[in-house]
Amino acid sequence: MSARALRLGLPIVVLALVVLCWDLLVRAFAIPPYVLPGPGLVLATLIADAGLLWRSLLVTLTLTFEGFLLAAVGGILLAIAFNQWRLVDYSLYPYAVILQVTPIVAIAPLLLIYLPQPLAVLVCAWIVAFFPVLANTTLGLNSVDHNLLALFELYKASRWQVLWNLKLPSALPQMLTGLRIAGGLSLIGAVVAEIAAGSAGAGSGLAYRIAESGYRLNIPRMFAALLLLSLAGVAIFFTLSAISYLALRRWHESAIDRER
Amino acid sequence: MSIPPPTGVSRDISTIVALRGVEKGFANGVRALDHLDLDVKAGEFVSVLGPSGCGKSTALRIIAGLSPPTVGAVEWPTGPVPIGFVFQEPTLMPWADVSANVRLPLKLAGDDDSTAVAQALDRVGLKNFAQSYPRELSGGMKMRTSIARALVTEPQLILMDEPFAALDEITRFKLNNDLLTLWQDLGRTVIFVTHSVFESVYLSQRIVVMTPRPGRVFTQITIDAPYPRDEHFRTSPEYGAFCRRVAEALGNAMAGGVA
Repeated sequence: MSARALRLGLPIVVLALVVLCWDLLVRAFAIPPYVLPGPGLVLATLIADAGLLWRSLLVTLTLTFEGFLLAAVGGILLAIAFNQWRLVDYSLYPYAVILQVTPIVAIAPLLLIYLPQPLAVLVCAWIVAFFPVLANTTLGLNSVDHNLLALFELYKASRWQVLWNLKLPSALPQMLTGLRIAGGLSLIGAVVAEIAAGSAGAGSGLAYRIAESGYRLNIPRMFAALLLLSLAGVAIFFTLSAISYLALRRWHESAIDRER
Repeated sequence: MSIPPPTGVSRDISTIVALRGVEKGFANGVRALDHLDLDVKAGEFVSVLGPSGCGKSTALRIIAGLSPPTVGAVEWPTGPVPIGFVFQEPTLMPWADVSANVRLPLKLAGDDDSTAVAQALDRVGLKNFAQSYPRELSGGMKMRTSIARALVTEPQLILMDEPFAALDEITRFKLNNDLLTLWQDLGRTVIFVTHSVFESVYLSQRIVVMTPRPGRVFTQITIDAPYPRDEHFRTSPEYGAFCRRVAEALGNAMAGGVA
């Protein structure tokens, strides 16, 4: 079997085995659905509650996407500012780190006091997602080949020519790595904020559905919503990986298969 | 092409660049260059030969204006001239194809001339590789791209910092020949830094032998064999005799002896 077939096939085999064991376990011990619903029931709930869950998914995904976009733009612009003006770097970098190391779960309730819920969710998604973009882009901008810098200097390139023609393209692989991490994190940020808002929140996102279903002991719906969330995360990861691949396939080693 | 000398300057008009008492120290205390004097005439092919760490690359960077001398000066008797620089590594932008890499100097100057790019690629024999990316090229072809980029602005002075050091011997000989042909066709000045005795004798009209740590000019040897030089010259007794002389001078320079 080819390596490609194994890479696709094996995870599917593992998934089938896990679902099978799960189903057998639930049947064998007659576990009630409010403790652990079987995979069939989860699937049935997913279909039965499709309309409700789909709307919730859209709410969460929209906020995730907006948070991601703001994080991408903010992280890249801030990285450029850090790279261009050392004083900005010195002044702001410590606070970027503080924002990153303070657990988002602890910040979310506070944000919910001051901001309307959708905005608080957005800010949470932004806070967790912007740092990897900032850190990776900064690394990329600072790792430019010194000889290429000398070459640009020899031809009297302006600062912006160096940024646009040399630093940004050369930082692209790291920037895309940052964006790939940020995609997953912005979903986490949005979910954390929705959970923190909890039943008190007026929101209707997917994480809010999970919290609400938990209070109502509607465990099958919790599982269904969780499944959707994790599928959303996987979709985000693959989309960003594909974008990264398309951008780098002609020139960066990470996107090129080794020939033997 | 001759540029009239500025009035009141009595220096030899054919000198294109001169180093006058150049010294260079680095922040870590290393003294790379110690009172370096060097004159290069327009149209000349000069090699700077020395062991690694003798400051020859530093001297080249000082001429290019990429590094200021600590003491001394770089003089341009006929005024500053456009410079092309070829680094030890090809130093290409991996995200840009060959043609975009060669076009870079023109683009930075806001003068996008496709015929100049095509001409430069043609000169180094890469006409059919304009759309290739650097990673798709062999080491020799990458270096050719780098040379095409240095030629595209039609510089008066071409500085080369051990450009062929990382190449295999077959590729290196081929590039040596092609470089000599280019030099003869274009009549530009070349300052070629190398640590290879054989390469310097094959290419140059004059070899400047440097001492290591700190770098000074130890002696200069004129290679008055006629051009064009080819494989015949490379295997001639004359070439062997020159190589022996230069190798002895280099040996003495490294031992701190006399010329």
